Amino acid sequence: MGLANNRTQFAIQSRVLHWLMAAMLLTMLFIGVSMVASLGHYARLVAIHRPLGIAILILAVVRLANRLLTTLPPFPPTMSPLERRVAAGSEKLLYTLMILMPLVGWGMLSAGHLPIVMVGRLHLPPILPARPMLYAFLRRTHTALAYLLFLTFAAHLSAVLFHTWIVRDHLLDRMALWPIRRRTPEGPLHAVTSGGEP
Amino acid sequence: MTQSDHNPMPTGQPPLGATNLLLRLAAIGVVVGGIAASFLYAGGWLTPHSLTPARIIDRFEQVNGPNPGFRRNHAKGVCFAGYFESNGNAAALSKAAIFAPGRVPVIGRFALAGGQPYQADAPHTVRSMAVLFKLPTGEEWRTGMNNIPVFPVRTPQAFYDQLAAFAPAPDTGKPDPARVSRFFAEHPESAAAIKAIQAWPVSSGFENSTFNSLNAFRFIAADGRVTYVRWSMVSEQPFEPVAATQPASDKNYLFDALIASIHRQPLKWHLIITVAEPGDPTDDATLAWPPDRRQIDAGTLTIDRIESEQTSPARDINFDPLVLPSGIAGSGDPLLSARSSTYSVSFTRREGERKQPSAVSPAETEK
Repeated sequence: MGLANNRTQFAIQSRVLHWLMAAMLLTMLFIGVSMVASLGHYARLVAIHRPLGIAILILAVVRLANRLLTTLPPFPPTMSPLERRVAAGSEKLLYTLMILMPLVGWGMLSAGHLPIVMVGRLHLPPILPARPMLYAFLRRTHTALAYLLFLTFAAHLSAVLFHTWIVRDHLLDRMALWPIRRRTPEGPLHAVTSGGEP
Repeated sequence: MTQSDHNPMPTGQPPLGATNLLLRLAAIGVVVGGIAASFLYAGGWLTPHSLTPARIIDRFEQVNGPNPGFRRNHAKGVCFAGYFESNGNAAALSKAAIFAPGRVPVIGRFALAGGQPYQADAPHTVRSMAVLFKLPTGEEWRTGMNNIPVFPVRTPQAFYDQLAAFAPAPDTGKPDPARVSRFFAEHPESAAAIKAIQAWPVSSGFENSTFNSLNAFRFIAADGRVTYVRWSMVSEQPFEPVAATQPASDKNYLFDALIASIHRQPLKWHLIITVAEPGDPTDDATLAWPPDRRQIDAGTLTIDRIESEQTSPARDINFDPLVLPSGIAGSGDPLLSARSSTYSVSFTRREGERKQPSAVSPAETEK
């Protein structure tokens, strides 16, 4: 693939997408959980939440395509087969949630007969018929998925920090925005297990 | 399998000392725990006494009892359909498509304030009109208005306190006078607002009531100019003063009179826009604006169909006051965002519950 990485790091566009979406998703989770508990800031936060959610959906689809088109740097040799399976599984879960959550939000507003306002006059069409029970179900699903996304993010962050600070295998370098050249004799270049797929 | 898979530390890093390891584990705990704690704080879990939309709706449920399937406030109502004909008069103040000359369909709902879906109609219960305008741009304008001149409270917290202060005491079934007077002592703005509300002439029925937006909004013109406004639906049906007592025989006498009146002929209201002058309070719904403010008749609302909640799509509409078209926006009034957020909680709860028959039934609206 022309989009291949330098074999120790993710491809540059993958790294940019990762950090951009990490910031957006974390912002989104905090906006979401704050706004439903807020009386005074609710309106302002909802006005950001809707277009930001759709921006995440678009980027998540781009990111999925990129993920399918690029080869991944190998896992570091410090990751056990079980860890690799968990990492690959959590990656699938994160991709699923990134795409599903905005769709559930969009569907929920549609089922609740609520306008899906982006900015100014720009609004999206409903993707589901107006159905009260469906609205209530999707509204609660949206919250449940948000908690799941937060827990998955917390687990992902803990695992990366564990590798970076305890195992000290420079796992984070794979996702660094800038190029990392290391000379350790047993660096990731020696790890021949390829790809992120289990 | 590579050799390295079996080696826990293949990176050549020297093992960490016990203290160093603990410090590093603690650092991970601080980072992840800090983010998790911030998340919990943002969601209100760490501040159980701060006021949230869910707690306001909880209080409605405590005061009114569980009424599954119904709105938590303005629970008793009837729905309508009709159209709004804009005359273009407000187009200079707001670029909203609703104000271009022309006709747009509307649906809406008349209701009585309070969370009791089967309460008996009473002359002095606050009446409301909620309207959803369907704009040709695909946008919507939703507005809920009441037949009172000002709102009794200024802030969401005062609203929450008022709910408790006016809750019927279990022994008498009436609000506890001591709690009521304590509430007014703590909220002089509410005491003044109640005086204004009591001085306002109440009409005999829904059909000749004038309904007011109470909250201020901003109109944004095509050139970006911002004007603070309030609006009213002023009835074209002649005013008659309210009767002192209600008939004992008909618990729905106000709704039944409205239904009969619409069956006779379509009812009309004028959308009157009141324009604020500099200095008029735009963030305090307890204060009226001086009566000499400029008013614009923006068009006529005609209601020609009345329908029970059970068959009307308006039952399942959240009349969120901040569902606004481009050209209309909220003001700094803290009640607007609070209404938006609490309506959403009420809406989510009732939409997930099985619907009970409405007090104003299809048999009644078809009479």
